[in-house]
Amino acid sequence: MAVLVVIETTKGKISKPGFEAASYGARLAEAAGTTATLLSLGEISEAELAKVGEYGISKALKCDASAVHHFDPQAYAKAALSAVEATGATQIVFVHDRCGKAVAPRISAKLKAGLVSGAVSLPEGNSVKKNVFSGKAFAEYSFNTDKKIISLLPNSVPPVAKGGTATVESFNDALNGYQSPLSIREKVSEAGGHVPLPGAEVVVSAGRGMKGPENWGMIEELATVLGAATACSRPVSDIGWRPHHEHVGQTGLAIRPNLYIAVGISGAIQHLAGVNGSKTIVVVNKDPEAPFFKAADYGIVGDAFEIVPKITEAIRKFKAQNA
Amino acid sequence: MKILVCISQVPDTTTKISFKDNDTAFNEDKVTYIVNPYDEWYALVRALELKEAAGSGNVTIITVGTATVEPIIRKALAIGADDAVRINMDPKDAYSTAKVIADYASQNAYDLIMCGKETIDYNGSEVGGMIAGLMDLPFVSHAISLQVADGKAVLEIDIENGTEEITASLPLVLSAAKGMAEARIPNMRGIMAARTKSIQVVEASEAPLTEVKKFTLPAPKSAVKLIDSENIDQLVELLHSEAKVI
Repeated sequence: MAVLVVIETTKGKISKPGFEAASYGARLAEAAGTTATLLSLGEISEAELAKVGEYGISKALKCDASAVHHFDPQAYAKAALSAVEATGATQIVFVHDRCGKAVAPRISAKLKAGLVSGAVSLPEGNSVKKNVFSGKAFAEYSFNTDKKIISLLPNSVPPVAKGGTATVESFNDALNGYQSPLSIREKVSEAGGHVPLPGAEVVVSAGRGMKGPENWGMIEELATVLGAATACSRPVSDIGWRPHHEHVGQTGLAIRPNLYIAVGISGAIQHLAGVNGSKTIVVVNKDPEAPFFKAADYGIVGDAFEIVPKITEAIRKFKAQNA
Repeated sequence: MKILVCISQVPDTTTKISFKDNDTAFNEDKVTYIVNPYDEWYALVRALELKEAAGSGNVTIITVGTATVEPIIRKALAIGADDAVRINMDPKDAYSTAKVIADYASQNAYDLIMCGKETIDYNGSEVGGMIAGLMDLPFVSHAISLQVADGKAVLEIDIENGTEEITASLPLVLSAAKGMAEARIPNMRGIMAARTKSIQVVEASEAPLTEVKKFTLPAPKSAVKLIDSENIDQLVELLHSEAKVI
């Protein structure tokens, strides 16, 4: 009944969803009266990796062979399959990020083990809940297999600190002799320092109401003050005012930050499908009939060009007082 | 070049979602079905562009479903796919879907097998990776661009502060995300031509590894709290003390 948690590390760090998965796996192990092992894929120091012990992981397997320095799902899956074998795991947990989306299905196919991807809660008995219909409903899935694989949707189940320690072992032998079918070259195109959108806790998003790309300065300023990522609606990325990777919605990126601030976006159902997992939604729109207000927690009716700088100023004042 | 594009039938984005049979099944009453947008706009259109650029090749679409899915197959044929395969099975989970597609694909030597990054109904991002695993082929997921030259595919994926360029040998399985192509609207000629294109029906069955036991709808959202534009401090106060997000 052992549990294996598989996470990808980037830039030597474990992401917040990585700790969420570690804690989730440890809680599954606790419920089953067994231990949880974690496999890390990518570069990381022993000290950094040992932090998963705080969340109840007893042993961490560190795979930082050159084959996992870039994202090659086949290499990741090979290491993960070795770890499943080494630990005898019957419950395998991933983060529902690029690693969970590409590697968990491969493991599922190889082991013929049921996979529930994007789970939003701990299992109850043999079933686990996930979002379906792009956040418009939930489904409880049950497993027909003894081996079970779950990928956990980020920002869904908060990690619980247990205060333990984890031993760290190298697990590079799993990839001895592996030849990647992919050659991968990184192309850094933007200056660092901005907040990446996919896992961002706060997102400031804007739409056609901004009237032109030259007016995005105030959106970026509000994002900076909040430590937020910036996003946009589909029409805005289609016209080329903003890059495609900022488009959130049905056909772009689905995000679930703690706070989503939408400026000048009417809130078409296609847009809502990408943001309806947000914990709190603030809508600024000059049209009081904008459908987005129905999905919002807080709304301000008025001109974005007046209101956004005011919000920035108010947040700045608040941060200064609470620093 | 032979390309297989996996497409899925999904409810139109604007569908009001409801359930029947004690919340164990999706209520299909008055539902309009479409081709899953990621499969259609990105994977299928890019496959057609590659064929057109090469001046030769074949684009086959494959879907798993009963005869009720034929309208969306005709739609994909109208956009320009050469022919279609329908695996005659009611798809119950990602694994059984991937398995019957992989079994078919294994017999037909495709250079590229393309899927959308996920379907908009079950949001799994599973089928592509499973096909790759079952066929023991390399997999690139969430590709935002794709070129093919000299028997190799060159793809890009988004990473935190830029992109990664991936060169892969063929055959390859990939999933397509926004950026790979622009949506195409079928023209009258395409629609007419689609009527006579072949849909091969293949019998198959495979047991699912997971099953939906029950659907639930989220709790209704409480009404929006409107804040006066002259009193923005109130918003900050509510975000801090009530929503606890700043």
